[in-house]
Amino acid sequence: MAVAVSIVDVVKHFGSLQALAGVTLTIGQGEFFGLLGPNGAGKTTLISCLAGLVRPDSGKVAVMGHDVVSDYREARRQLGVVPQELVFDPFFTVRETLRIQSGYFGLRKNDDWIDEILANLDLTDKADTNMRRLSGGMKRRVLVAQALVHKPPVIVLDEPTAGVDVELRQGLWQFVRRLNGEGHTIILTTHYLEEAEALCGRIALLKQGRVVALDTTANLLEHHAGGSLEEVFVRVMRG
Amino acid sequence: MIGFWTLFSKEVLRFWKVSFQTVAAPVLTALLYLLIFSHVLEDRVQVHGVVYTAFLIPGLVMMQVLQNAFANSSSSLIQSKVTGSIVFVLLPPISHTAFFLAYVLAAVVRGLAVGAGVLAVTAWFAPLRVEAPFWILAFAVFGGGMLATLGVIAGIWAEKFDQLAAFQNFLVMPLTMLSGVFYSIHSLPPFWQGLSHYNPVFYMIDGFRYGFFGVSDVPPATSLAVVVGCFAAVSLLTLGLLKRGWKLRN
Repeated sequence: MAVAVSIVDVVKHFGSLQALAGVTLTIGQGEFFGLLGPNGAGKTTLISCLAGLVRPDSGKVAVMGHDVVSDYREARRQLGVVPQELVFDPFFTVRETLRIQSGYFGLRKNDDWIDEILANLDLTDKADTNMRRLSGGMKRRVLVAQALVHKPPVIVLDEPTAGVDVELRQGLWQFVRRLNGEGHTIILTTHYLEEAEALCGRIALLKQGRVVALDTTANLLEHHAGGSLEEVFVRVMRG
Repeated sequence: MIGFWTLFSKEVLRFWKVSFQTVAAPVLTALLYLLIFSHVLEDRVQVHGVVYTAFLIPGLVMMQVLQNAFANSSSSLIQSKVTGSIVFVLLPPISHTAFFLAYVLAAVVRGLAVGAGVLAVTAWFAPLRVEAPFWILAFAVFGGGMLATLGVIAGIWAEKFDQLAAFQNFLVMPLTMLSGVFYSIHSLPPFWQGLSHYNPVFYMIDGFRYGFFGVSDVPPATSLAVVVGCFAAVSLLTLGLLKRGWKLRN
């Protein structure tokens, strides 16, 4: 399988805190990959290194073969990130937000794709609404749409369903599954382990900045003789 | 190029959407300064043979160009940092040079828009000449560019609004207010006159005013050299900070 994301021996400190202690991971193209761990395990730091938001102290990170430091422009074109925080620019409507985001990625006249994303995320009737007027769930959908405007082959979802109602969750997963079926690589972090179990083909468990388990979801469930991913998670974290 | 153009357009659109606050308000402030100072000093002061109100107008125009150029880049950056929406600019493949140019040029556009507004409402109060339009434009663009660049540094450095306010109130405000907006430095005691020559904003105001009246405290070419030199130095520093990802990518 061709490599979508390559992370080699990445170390990151914030002052005296070691956020990542030599993480090595390879994620294949077309995978639905879960990155799980308790709060403070280093998931968001690792994603930030991947997205170029944080520079690692040492190690190498590449997206679709492009180094995120030396070839950062091409690496970023290959990546769409849905951030964990519910952030938005209060000056613009949904459509303006998506047009601006398209422009940042060098795309003009992207309205056909923007309309398709809006329809898939059930946002069409909110296209001309200011971002301030949207509910939390709607804002979350716009974040997903922003990550998809440039049709990235690799999509990172950092806790996309935190605080989101059941209906949106189901709609979102349906859409993300479709994207994965079309060949997009999906990297998911979530605290909803049943979602990870249902969606991810392979999972890495992070603890204190290290990968403590890495296997297919089926193998993790089988080898740890647990009934669910939650039980596996608890055992690995205690161990 | 599309990334730069989009970020630049977005920054212009951002201040234009709240133009009552970002353009109209500073125009009103400048008008109030003019009304008060000209009422008090019109009959008592003449500078370089120019009546005081006419002397004051270019100074007020330039002061607003500079302060608003600074306000635009700094407030946009601090707002997007505090709200977290800066991530939308950091995730795409926008180079640090495009990032720098987009924020600085958009801030210069706001400065020029406010300056044009101040000129439009104050020009009725005194006979204004335009002796050298090139100098007017050059000092407005390079002066605005320098303050916009300082705004980028302040916006990235500040982590809270009060830190930015400190930068604005304790550095930008004194530099602009004590630069000869309201007086010629020849009216100052020798010590303060000498000290004014270390203030780059003095050269911006003096050179800008030369474009209107054809007279100045310092030859305009010298002033432009100082302004362009300072702008280049601050720009190089800012580009270096952006390339390192200082306070943005860590």
